[in-house]
Amino acid sequence: MSFVLWIPLVGPLVFAALSLLLGGSALRRFVGVAASCAVLLSGFLLVGAVLSGSVPDSGGGMLRADALSAYMLSVVGAVGLISTWGGLSSVVSSRTRDAASYEALIALFLAAMSLAVLADSIGLMWAAVEATTIATAFLVGHHRTRRSLEAAWKYVILGSVGVAIALLGIVLIYAASVGTDTPTLSWILLSQSTQGLDPALITAGGALAVLGFATKSGLAPMHSWLPDAHSQAPAPVSGLMSGVLLSVALYAILRIQSITNLVIGPEFLRTMLSIGGLLSLLVAASLLIRQRDYKRMLAYSSIEHMGLMAIGVAIGPAALPSVLLYILGHGLIKATLFVISGRILKVEGTPVISDVRALLVRRPGLAVPWLIAMAAIVGFPPFSIFFSEVGIIMAGWSVGLGGVVAAALVLLLVIFAAFTRLTVQMTIDAPPAGNAFTPDYSSHGPRLPIVLALATTATIAFVAEPVGTLLLQATAVLGGTN
Amino acid sequence: MFETFYPQLIGLCTGALLLTSALMVWRHSLLASIRLLALQGVALAALVAVIGIAEGESELVLVALLILSVKGVGLPWVLAHQSKASIKQIQESPRLNPTAALLAVTLLTILSYVVVSRVFGLGDTTTGHAAPIGLAMVLIGFLLLISRRRARSQLIGFLLLDNGIATIAFLTSGGVPILLEFAVSLDVLLVVLILHVFAGRMRTKFGGTAVDQLRELHD
Repeated sequence: MSFVLWIPLVGPLVFAALSLLLGGSALRRFVGVAASCAVLLSGFLLVGAVLSGSVPDSGGGMLRADALSAYMLSVVGAVGLISTWGGLSSVVSSRTRDAASYEALIALFLAAMSLAVLADSIGLMWAAVEATTIATAFLVGHHRTRRSLEAAWKYVILGSVGVAIALLGIVLIYAASVGTDTPTLSWILLSQSTQGLDPALITAGGALAVLGFATKSGLAPMHSWLPDAHSQAPAPVSGLMSGVLLSVALYAILRIQSITNLVIGPEFLRTMLSIGGLLSLLVAASLLIRQRDYKRMLAYSSIEHMGLMAIGVAIGPAALPSVLLYILGHGLIKATLFVISGRILKVEGTPVISDVRALLVRRPGLAVPWLIAMAAIVGFPPFSIFFSEVGIIMAGWSVGLGGVVAAALVLLLVIFAAFTRLTVQMTIDAPPAGNAFTPDYSSHGPRLPIVLALATTATIAFVAEPVGTLLLQATAVLGGTN
Repeated sequence: MFETFYPQLIGLCTGALLLTSALMVWRHSLLASIRLLALQGVALAALVAVIGIAEGESELVLVALLILSVKGVGLPWVLAHQSKASIKQIQESPRLNPTAALLAVTLLTILSYVVVSRVFGLGDTTTGHAAPIGLAMVLIGFLLLISRRRARSQLIGFLLLDNGIATIAFLTSGGVPILLEFAVSLDVLLVVLILHVFAGRMRTKFGGTAVDQLRELHD
């Protein structure tokens, strides 16, 4: 079983090499899809192995897939598949040299995220998170306009400085383990050694590592790169970054948290993450109200959802199954929204909300999935985001963080109102009088990935077996018994 | 023999690290900053070699060679890789004047001594005693990142920050596992190359590399 751990790492690398070697072939446009399939397939195989009670590892314990890793790998694959398939480039544009490096970088990006969730050593996990910054730098700047260059510069500087802070934290965690018998960065050893880790160094290291990874997961006040990068990148890249890269950084926070909880208890990081989460909600609420650009609107929505997830992480084991379900639901829906936003941008030629009017009458092929996905992202049932949000809020009450979740609820209401107003402005409106038009029923791209993503999020919350079991197992990995 | 020199050698290397950091804040010419960065890379490599010899670990000597080639030679060469004539003319016009900047450096150094000795409780060993230098370098790196306007000067701030983290790693725990050390070096090298390419694109698109021009995207 252990060879499966290498598929999500080696597979995308092979596809990346193929993309560069394939010359002008139109097959190249399927490289991203193929790499996502490799990741998703191995994710499913590992989930199967984990559910049957084994924990596959390989490379002398360097790679390890417990329930949490297997689940996250499946999420990376699923969101990757929706983004790359939904944003499939045309046959003509896939013959250029730019397309070759674009597809290769997407595959590398997927491999880096897979490594981040499969690595046992938190050092290797750090290196993989940094590698995602490297792989996405040119993807953000892909359009080579002034704006995308500005976004890419800010993204790389803030991203790598943030991740450098996380490295400082990891170095201090390593220094804390030097006093024990076996100095190590292995997560499994660190999270099992109950004695000997220096509490002062673990506190400082944990705080810095969480701060660094919080930058990468777009939590306020270190979020300023996110709206720029996510609005300027090509739509599939935005879908991947918003849908799953932020969650991979949150996964890193979860791993660090489980180490610090053992040594210094949950209170310290709980305060930090609650403040970060509430600030993110506040930033999202205040900037969504007057938002004019629909891709930036989606970016701020990611800050909002990451903020709520951070509050869930702060609450601890009681909220973790909801947080993990949230990661999947948000990833799929956000990828769908970015894919559709890319199509709207392509046919309408403008990212400005007030210039896109009466979409439901003029282009129902785009507006209908957009409306359904918008309903899912603001938290309407039966989509799983609703159940995750309710789960986090209930868990918050039960562990005595009522004040935090009450404040979060108020901000969520504001965000809900802002989203509704902006969506109505874009879609439901009288068409401009006098201009004759015929309704455009085309979906301007593959329809199946969007249907799949929406159907999965609408039903997954009702599947107790194996999803519920897997989520509980993943929570147990982090030291929670729920 | 070596035992008597050991604390002095550690002091010499860390002193060189701090001095080059402070000089980077003081000097405004890009070429001078790059040369100081190269010098700092050499000092860091020397520090690692001294720790390696003292602890009798041949692995650390290997790491020292890696650092010497990446931070002492490779990165400065990448940064200076354009015609010497044009790079000599590049002068930074930072947001802080030199006096205020050097005062800030002093305060940051004192701050890091206070933080490390009080909070972390290090300082009973020779290397632990020098650990605040690493934190001071990290903070000075931040100062450069915030106060400089040019793309490449910000890049130098980032590298100073990274050198500071490496210094802390070697002084507190004798370095991280060698696999991670390789990964970190590779990551830093790639980030610098990417930023270098972006700085080049900025010059062609904006006609200069002043980061102040990057203000089209906002809410």
